Amino acid sequence: MSHETLAIIWFVLIAVLWCGYFVLEGFDFGVGILLPFIGKNEAERRTVVSTLGPVWDGNEVWLLTAGGATFAAFSLWYATLFSGFYLALLLILVALIIRGVAFEFRSKRGTASSPSWRRNWDIAIFIGSFVPALLWGVAFANIVAGVPLELQNGNSEFTGNLFTLLNPYALLGGLVTLGLFTTHGAVFLALKTDGEIRTRANALAGQIGVVTAVLAVLFGVWTQLSHSNNAVASAVVLALVVIAWVGALAANRMGREGWAFIASAATMVFVVVFLFVCLYPNVMPSSTNPDATLTVQNAANSQYTLTIMTWVAVILTPVVLVYQAWTYWVFRKRLSPSQIPNPEEGSLDLPHEVGTSTTA
Amino acid sequence: MNALDLARWQFGITTVYHFLFVPLTIGTGMLVAIMQTAWYRTGDEKWLKATKFFGKLFLINFAMGVVTGIVQEFQFGMAWSDYSRFVGDIFGAPLAVEALASFFLESTFLGLWIFGWDRLSRGLHLATIWAAAIGTMISAYFILAANSFMQHPVGYVINPATKRAELTDFGAVLFQNTTVATFAHVIASAFLVSGVMLTGVSLWLIMKDKSVAAMRSTLKLGAIVAIVAGLLVMWTGDTQAKIMVKQQPMKMAAAEALYQTQENAPFSILTIGDISGQQATPILEIPGLLSFMATCSWTGPESTVQGINDLQKSMSAKYGEGDYAPYVPLVYWAFRAMIGLGMLGVLFAIWALWLVRKGRTPKSRTVAFASAVALLFPLIGISAGWIFTEMGRQPWIVFGLMKTSAGVSPTLTTFQVGLSLVVFTLLYGALAVVEVGLLFRAVKIGPPETVELIDASEANSGKPLTFSY
Repeated sequence: MSHETLAIIWFVLIAVLWCGYFVLEGFDFGVGILLPFIGKNEAERRTVVSTLGPVWDGNEVWLLTAGGATFAAFSLWYATLFSGFYLALLLILVALIIRGVAFEFRSKRGTASSPSWRRNWDIAIFIGSFVPALLWGVAFANIVAGVPLELQNGNSEFTGNLFTLLNPYALLGGLVTLGLFTTHGAVFLALKTDGEIRTRANALAGQIGVVTAVLAVLFGVWTQLSHSNNAVASAVVLALVVIAWVGALAANRMGREGWAFIASAATMVFVVVFLFVCLYPNVMPSSTNPDATLTVQNAANSQYTLTIMTWVAVILTPVVLVYQAWTYWVFRKRLSPSQIPNPEEGSLDLPHEVGTSTTA
Repeated sequence: MNALDLARWQFGITTVYHFLFVPLTIGTGMLVAIMQTAWYRTGDEKWLKATKFFGKLFLINFAMGVVTGIVQEFQFGMAWSDYSRFVGDIFGAPLAVEALASFFLESTFLGLWIFGWDRLSRGLHLATIWAAAIGTMISAYFILAANSFMQHPVGYVINPATKRAELTDFGAVLFQNTTVATFAHVIASAFLVSGVMLTGVSLWLIMKDKSVAAMRSTLKLGAIVAIVAGLLVMWTGDTQAKIMVKQQPMKMAAAEALYQTQENAPFSILTIGDISGQQATPILEIPGLLSFMATCSWTGPESTVQGINDLQKSMSAKYGEGDYAPYVPLVYWAFRAMIGLGMLGVLFAIWALWLVRKGRTPKSRTVAFASAVALLFPLIGISAGWIFTEMGRQPWIVFGLMKTSAGVSPTLTTFQVGLSLVVFTLLYGALAVVEVGLLFRAVKIGPPETVELIDASEANSGKPLTFSY
């Protein structure tokens, strides 16, 4: 395959990885943001966190794979982007660190032995979910709109600072991902829980979803008019975003939670596709010097590396999809607070454990 | 300090910290899988209790490994963008394969293992912990292949137009002797660390009279693993040293503070004085051992080991004027700490086996203290090993191709990296306190007193969860 084709394939594959990330960790972030508002007592909060328990870590790997794939396929993009967005990525890293350990540690201790333990970890889960949900939108909006890049020693280098990234357009983009992920999380909770949490999640999904729709349309039209390199194609995808989101909110209103989740997941996919369609053939346009713009072709790694990585991706990605899908099948049942035994007790403190007797 | 120095400190601190969790994850994951297999095959409840208990310690540790690992992947681009540009065509590939082949495997199957006790049949559930454990090994292989490229670059050409290294032979990167030897050494060390952890914790609980039957079995398992792993660590370390003498002679010379090229070179055990200058003052050394380790000959011209001074001259001639010696005192002492502390771990395992022979239970407070701190020996030893490997390669970031000073991000400001260094250090410090607190709490409570067996098929229908976050 030609070098040009391989570079395009990898641009598409990286878009696919971000689709996976937005769909999967998107609802993780939403659930984390909603945790303090939707769980009224310990049993409810543990139910909410347990909907993510078996899957959150696997969901986050989509980000690590997207990062690794960018490094492997477009090193120049990876280097300019990650060094340029240094402080924004630092914030995201800190958020992901405290959020990850918070999931694992929050229920280890009981409320009696340490009243503040779980409250503090819940704050960590909220902040750790809120910050990346906002900042991924800010980051992508900046990538699509272009940031100040100049050529230094032949390399495109970011010449702005953290505040360059916090412009009105990018902040609007941040609010859009924040709203999308929060709604997506609410839809997921309505699908995965039972009882009052389900009712509350359903109502919240409707309310936040409508606000998000307004912001998303504003952002979408702004992007379409000012920053799309492929106006026809991106307009089509933008229409799909709107249709999927309307479908998600309608299904949510009718209490068809499965359909609502499928539609909101489709929205996440279309949003990523929309951004990548607007971006192509660039990967990181410069707002100050067109010569410093990184493109699919000038940022791509060698033909040999891309060929090997294509084989690896073709063989491994379907396997990953199969076993990750199987996990969701294994944990397909709804959870309700009545299923949480001894909600106030720390999971480390229980002298009693359960194993399976089923041999097959 | 300038941005380069701060970026190096940050990489050192975050990497050493991350690698405190990695060997425990690799080794303990496999040991827990072995315990669960023992339960699966014998049906003996003590192995189920052991699986549950060490599984808890494993998971507390795993969570820390996961979250600190994200920083590792990101900071190549954030703080070392010129390095990423230069080697990205080669270095990015194993990282991406690692994520795709291993991170998904470990994280997904560990999720199934943690929450699947009442959802999967025994055999299937057992398979999930094996999948996760194998995932950690795959991860180690690919990241060590990437690191080995930095120690000994192979399978590349420098593109004359872009001045970047380009991959020409992925097989050479994956299967060069540096990668294979490093993998064997790191995995053996990981089992040594985890074996000592198992031994120490089991001994402590035997002395506290908790789940004694289970803990006697896990002590034996841990001690035997530690002893066998210790032997493998020595053997693989010796193989690595022989490779290193050929590929990075300066690192070997610095490890021994060997300034003058000589035949029948001694192995230094202790030295004082001006080891950062032009020569060292040996106190205790074994004649000829370094020559033998490096060349398989004790005496004669073929036993010649090159010294720092000659290497400095030849490297200056080859690469241009510059200082090509690493910081010798650090490399010298890190090398000794690695070997000494690792071997103390093995000795502890042997001692623990002796203490509990024929059903004995030691009572002394010294033993209790030793069992509580034993893990630190191989754990600090393995960190010292990495500090030796990475500091011994300096001033290179990719040996012979790129200096560390050339790899740092040109856009990186002292403020940015200073801030992130402070943030990571404080955050990691706080998390260490939390993690150690949880581990102590888990050990104090000990293995579960009872384990109830339930039917996995019923559990999927609204019954209480066996485990929840």
